[in-house]
Amino acid sequence: MSSGDTAWVMLCAALVFIMTPGVALFYGGLARRKNILSILMQCFFIMCLVSLQWVLLGYSLAFSPDLGHGIIGGLDWVGLNNVGMEPNADYAASIPHLSFMIFQAMFAIITPALIVGAFAERMKFSAFVVLMLLWTTFVYDPIAHWVWGTGGWLRDMGALDFAGGIVVHVSSGASALLMAILIGRRVGYENQSYKPHNLPLTVLGGALLWFGWFGFNAGSALEAGGVAANAFVTTNTATAAAGLTWALIEWQRHGAPTVLGIVTGALTGLVAITPACGFVSPLSSVIIGLLAGVFCYMAVTALKPKFGYDDALDVFGVHGVGGIWGTIATGIFANTAVNAAGADGLLFGNVKLFLVQGVYLLTCVTFALVMTWILFKFVDALFGVRVEKEDELMGLDLTQHRESAYTVLE
Amino acid sequence: MKYIIAIIQPHKFEEVKKELENVEVHLITVSNVLGRGRQKGFSEVYRGVEEIGLLKKIKLEIAVNEDFLEPTVAAITKGAHTGHPGDGKIFVCDLHEVVRIGTGERGGKAIG
Repeated sequence: MSSGDTAWVMLCAALVFIMTPGVALFYGGLARRKNILSILMQCFFIMCLVSLQWVLLGYSLAFSPDLGHGIIGGLDWVGLNNVGMEPNADYAASIPHLSFMIFQAMFAIITPALIVGAFAERMKFSAFVVLMLLWTTFVYDPIAHWVWGTGGWLRDMGALDFAGGIVVHVSSGASALLMAILIGRRVGYENQSYKPHNLPLTVLGGALLWFGWFGFNAGSALEAGGVAANAFVTTNTATAAAGLTWALIEWQRHGAPTVLGIVTGALTGLVAITPACGFVSPLSSVIIGLLAGVFCYMAVTALKPKFGYDDALDVFGVHGVGGIWGTIATGIFANTAVNAAGADGLLFGNVKLFLVQGVYLLTCVTFALVMTWILFKFVDALFGVRVEKEDELMGLDLTQHRESAYTVLE
Repeated sequence: MKYIIAIIQPHKFEEVKKELENVEVHLITVSNVLGRGRQKGFSEVYRGVEEIGLLKKIKLEIAVNEDFLEPTVAAITKGAHTGHPGDGKIFVCDLHEVVRIGTGERGGKAIG
């Protein structure tokens, strides 16, 4: 056991924790003022809900010994039974098993919180609670097991996902897109202004995300060493490249670089470098970030209008597309000179990793879409997922939570 | 009695206020409003989506007796004028009645 590694991972767990309030503020500022509390509430509720789900069931499903075929973990670690202060050598040999568990808990929490942006401003809160609990159990936990759990079939195949490009970003991004389509567009879509009501909040949220992401990515090394340092540097570098890229594209196309643009761009860099950060060099991370800015910009400004879906706060355009690119990029730029525990990518003469990343991508996207469709239809049949039109017009803060964020009369 | 509603540029408010004080008009109600004129505002861009923006304006509301009408209009015009588009407009309406809540006085006496 290493006290240095333990301190590092637990600090990183706390850093990842702050990302979910970061997401809440990022999304909250983008929503209209009548819906900001509903966004904050959904994120905060998930923090409570998934924290418990993870301890009671989720961690066991994702990480306990495989039931066979690499599909799902068993129930040996339900309620953290057999998860104690001694290290588990399969995951992290130098830190308490509990530290690894709580670090992973933070990933499980932020992932459903990312989806909130897609159905923002129109989902019934009760339906939201049930849908998110089911989603985290039946989509997140299995995918996490496949690629990170011992005996997981994608892990055994050699798929690389350093900090959750697919587990976190593609799974949430693809599911978010489907939920946005299934729940339908917001009332008045295309005839109404959906201007962000408080961009400074969005910038604060974006900054907290960038800050927390150091824990997310560098912490995924699970030890305070060289790989963690590399992940830290690639994370910061890709983010900077992507933020600049988005701002420069806007400057060229619209005559001005916007604040929302540079923050969004930075976020796409964070997403894209996530699966790759521990396997690629800083120079590769520049290219990954730069192209993340380009691809995600195109997804948000061209793809979305073309198909007319109302992914309200661009979860798919940022997390889905960014994560997909990062997963492919891992297959291109991964280098065993950076991390001997990884593999070489296309650029270093290895086609196999590139193909494995493709399998990883396709199966996880398909699984996420099919499961999300089933869960959504189930909850919709049970409760009705969408709020009444009158409630939507009045805003979710008042109708779902009986509160308003800002007073008009002092 | 007249009710004057003026829409002016925010940065001209202090000058208008000074001009109004020069003609001894002290009682005004002011609000922040959004609006656009023939120039169609100023477009904003959010993740590549252009929004027709509205411009920030200030709305003044002033109730005056007839003899104060022209000095008030002149003061606002002088204070708010730049000669550029977007300087704003002054609307003058007939005012039927004024009641001072504190004393119950009515009409011209209650205005000032």
